[in-house]
Amino acid sequence: MSNQSTFADIEKSQLSASLVTANKRAQKTRALLLAPAVLTIFLIGILPLSIVLVYSFLEPGSYGGVKWNLSFDAYIQLLFEEDIFEETLTFNTAYLQIFWRSLSLAIVATITCLFIGFPMAYFISIQSAHRKNTLLFLVTIPFWTNLLIRTYCMLLILRDQGALNLALVNLGILDKPLPLLYTDFAVGLGLVYAFLPFMVLPIYTSLEKFDFRMVEAGSDLYASRFKVLTRIIIPIAKPGIAAGCILVFIPSLGAYITPELLGGGKSLMIGNLINLQFGQGRNWPFGSAIALILMVMVMISLFVYLNRTTRNEES
Amino acid sequence: MLEKATRSAIEVRSTTKIYGNDRASGVVAVDDVSLEITDNEFFTLLGPSGCGKTTLLRLIAGFEQPTQGEILLFGEHLEGLPPHNRSVNTVFQHYALFPHMTVSQNISFGLEMLGIDKIEIRKTVSRMLELVQMPQLADRKINQLSGGQQQRVALARALAPNPKVLLLDEPLSALDFKLRKEMQSELKRLQNETGITFIFVTHDQEEALTMSDRVAVMKDGQVLQVGKPREVYDHPAQRFVADFIGDINILRGELISTKKGEAKVKLASGFVGDAILPIGVGDISGVVNVAIRPEQLSFSNSTNSTLPGIIKEITYFGSGLHYEIELSTGETIKLRQQSVGRSNTEFSSGETVNIAVADDAIQVLVD
Repeated sequence: MSNQSTFADIEKSQLSASLVTANKRAQKTRALLLAPAVLTIFLIGILPLSIVLVYSFLEPGSYGGVKWNLSFDAYIQLLFEEDIFEETLTFNTAYLQIFWRSLSLAIVATITCLFIGFPMAYFISIQSAHRKNTLLFLVTIPFWTNLLIRTYCMLLILRDQGALNLALVNLGILDKPLPLLYTDFAVGLGLVYAFLPFMVLPIYTSLEKFDFRMVEAGSDLYASRFKVLTRIIIPIAKPGIAAGCILVFIPSLGAYITPELLGGGKSLMIGNLINLQFGQGRNWPFGSAIALILMVMVMISLFVYLNRTTRNEES
Repeated sequence: MLEKATRSAIEVRSTTKIYGNDRASGVVAVDDVSLEITDNEFFTLLGPSGCGKTTLLRLIAGFEQPTQGEILLFGEHLEGLPPHNRSVNTVFQHYALFPHMTVSQNISFGLEMLGIDKIEIRKTVSRMLELVQMPQLADRKINQLSGGQQQRVALARALAPNPKVLLLDEPLSALDFKLRKEMQSELKRLQNETGITFIFVTHDQEEALTMSDRVAVMKDGQVLQVGKPREVYDHPAQRFVADFIGDINILRGELISTKKGEAKVKLASGFVGDAILPIGVGDISGVVNVAIRPEQLSFSNSTNSTLPGIIKEITYFGSGLHYEIELSTGETIKLRQQSVGRSNTEFSSGETVNIAVADDAIQVLVD
């Protein structure tokens, strides 16, 4: 009897021991399988951002790079100007203006894209299957070539001797060319042109699943065309609209090529300012600080936007 | 009340709907249809798919405009009026409920669009939920409901604005058999309680017979026959109507005399019997098709004025037996025998029998 019970005990303890090792092995396997993903996130996400964060609290080196001294100058510089002789700080809005321009241009571009993109997506979604594919193909064609080239083409259209002005002058609508290039208008137009497909595609995706009998049901229940649009189509397409707005707003806010080419030196955006600090300005900490502030701006606006849309859905 | 009962709710005047350019190259969905549907009526458009019944409904709702003809709602011309200006609501085949709204939001939608004040809307919504027996589900989202519940919400949504006419486009086709039966009596009850004219579209002849005050049988865009379910079932005027509704025997026969609606028909087998002529049809003579319902036939011991035949097949269907009998002419005839009280005389396959025909059971068909 006692022999048997000891056998059983031994067996039990062996069993639990083997269970523990099996458990450990499973954990090891899991860690190994997760490793590539974790490593990738670390290398392309966390590490570069950490460098930017650290650099923004250092002093600029004389020929670019950084000096490893803790400093908050980069953040102070954004709002205040230091007088070299008196060493006093005066409030300076030059950089804030650039931030403000970026923000307003991005908002205007997003809204414009929405107003052009929604009807486009709606139109595509009500076509026959074959025409749908053709039209979607046409929407994606601009992606095939470089944004730089496409923006250059906008430059060719908008400049004083460009296609648009030539046409307007030759048609007798204008006496002399309208200065379109190097204005906020040119930058805004360039942003809309560059990012419109990002608005069209997600809205199309949500409208494609839309059951158009819902439109009939709405009008059967005394809703005018406008009410059908605002009360039925738009609420159902809202996830697509939200995605489109985010996809247009974020790259617009940090746009570089478009303001560089179409805004010249006159219409700077945050992207150009950052580039300037890492290039001619040789002020890496300041560039890093601006980059971080841009990121925070995007995060805050995303948070506010998502918070509002989800709350609307719940109510 | 009496006057109201005879008022016409919907009047369809020689209406045609052609998809495409013209009659030759396009599709004629509705072909010169004239109908008068009276107030407070449960009216059914019955026909196989593609017969134009749904198109006719869509013409009334305003989703389509007629190519020719006109439609009147309580004497008012509907021409050119968009759906949202017609006091007509639809229950769609697949409900088309708004997925982003709750049950009560769906029901209140039409009322809101009419600009009715909030307190009134709330009252109506709870009354509608009461009516379709689901007040506890007011705040559910549509995707949390079963098919039958969605059906009820669709009904409540269409009834809430108190339309003059309710259009129902095969609303029960997506439900399973038991639920369908339940909803049939439910619909009938709703129609009685609300007093609204219902126009119901279906391809299910049984559904049409059990629910309707009157039925219009449609085929290829045309209305073949309009009448009370009993009339349409007992006295089909055309072969298609006879065939489409219920089980029926169609035999060849010869009209040997016609006098004031009374006629005698001699069947191919030599049997002579009284026959009923189709209503509203002019002269018919010579060889015709006649229709006899299987339940109007019975077995007889006498050989006098009966049809002799040989039993080919017997099928048991619970409440009775179904016989396939070959006549001396080679034609096969169906006979239905209900089991009542004491057991019927049992027959077996291959046996020779005599078949008696009930009075007024032979209906002469136009085609």
